[in-house]
Amino acid sequence: MTKIDTSRPETVLPTPSHTVGPFYGHALPFPGGDDIAPVGHPDTITLQGHVYDGEGNPLPDAFVELWGADPDGNLPQVDGSMRRDPASGGFLGRNGVEFTGWGRIQTDASGHWSARTLRPGARGRSAPYISVCVFARGLLAHLFTRIYLPDDAAALAADPLLSQVAAERRDTLIAVDQGNAAYRFDIRLQGEGETVFLEFM
Amino acid sequence: MTLTQHDIDQEIAAEHAAYEKRVADGAPVEHQPRRDYAPYRSSVLRHPKQPPISIDVTKDPELVELASPAFGERDITEIDNDLTRQHTGEPIGERITVSGRLLDRDGRPIRGQLVEIWQANSAGRYAHQREQHDAPLDPNFTGVGRTLSDSDGFYSFTTIQPGPYPWRQHVNAWRPAHIHFSLFGTAFTQRLVTQMYFPSDPLFPYDPIIQSVTDDAARQRLVATYDHSLSVPEFSMGYHWDIVLDGPNATWIEEGR
Repeated sequence: MTKIDTSRPETVLPTPSHTVGPFYGHALPFPGGDDIAPVGHPDTITLQGHVYDGEGNPLPDAFVELWGADPDGNLPQVDGSMRRDPASGGFLGRNGVEFTGWGRIQTDASGHWSARTLRPGARGRSAPYISVCVFARGLLAHLFTRIYLPDDAAALAADPLLSQVAAERRDTLIAVDQGNAAYRFDIRLQGEGETVFLEFM
Repeated sequence: MTLTQHDIDQEIAAEHAAYEKRVADGAPVEHQPRRDYAPYRSSVLRHPKQPPISIDVTKDPELVELASPAFGERDITEIDNDLTRQHTGEPIGERITVSGRLLDRDGRPIRGQLVEIWQANSAGRYAHQREQHDAPLDPNFTGVGRTLSDSDGFYSFTTIQPGPYPWRQHVNAWRPAHIHFSLFGTAFTQRLVTQMYFPSDPLFPYDPIIQSVTDDAARQRLVATYDHSLSVPEFSMGYHWDIVLDGPNATWIEEGR
């Protein structure tokens, strides 16, 4: 049944997830996917890390999507993340001026990813964070996590999600300050130091 | 020891029986695959062993995950949803039209959101460098498309019927023909990547990826319906596939769920 009758709510049931498989590389990543920050913006931060499997091996066939607020805590409703060239059908890249808040970054052959975005502002009761969605071959449904920045200890201590997480696992959600507005955030899908993943109800 | 289709068939049957028993014992229906599904071997080291932490979105309407990134006319070109027109020549294969609606859990249309697809060509070969299957590449087919859902949530693609292909997980492992879909909703919580299949594919019982959805009705929701009204005279075969995004969105808060 793939024609949904919206007048019968009991038939409106979710479409199941599937893995992205190994062959999305010519389809989903796009030039400028990692360049989320407008050019020269003073609140630019660099985020980087590896994605690891349960044996500690890096994943060369994963990608992450980052989604976050601007430095004032506002969530952009701006398109243009993957601007296209109507003449060639190719990609123009971002325009370097507008902030869309969203990017998609493929891991490289060593399982490493990096992105430049803006330092997020706080919203609601949460400490500032960037939402992360992880996709990979072998992952039957994507995984959500969050990158919290380590700078404001009081905000982190008051964050509703972090307060829910056992103390020994909390650090998996907090990026490591590497200086020069650069932060490291590794994602471990399984095993020792397994990243805290989230579900939304 | 060589892994055979028979081995995988037995594992699939065992997982299915275990699910049926859970439901018979009162466990909820599972609309989504479990990330830990050993018949698909690549999942073994790539699923978390700790349960996810639950976030009740009704407690905080300001959650970043309750909004979604925006896409617009700048992010697509006019022929992105016609995969048969992206090269100078005509691709080989049976032309198809795939259309349907993008909906939320309440059956409301999701408007103006990005729908991305990718697929193998008619011979079962992806235009991807690391693809080693020796079926021919088609110089007139890349197999990548994009569109925005319209004001009623409809999307539509013109493409080529993809072929099934072998994938070496076990001896004689074949993937049923499918089109990959990537979807955004009104909230980032509704993000979905999945695969659409074609009716009555004889490979369904043998494929651990589609069988990872152990609920029979949920698995059927991955299969498009042949729709003669979508077939274009003298041109293409029509398939209808509606997509319902799981996950809470901001209206859940407005309605006080």
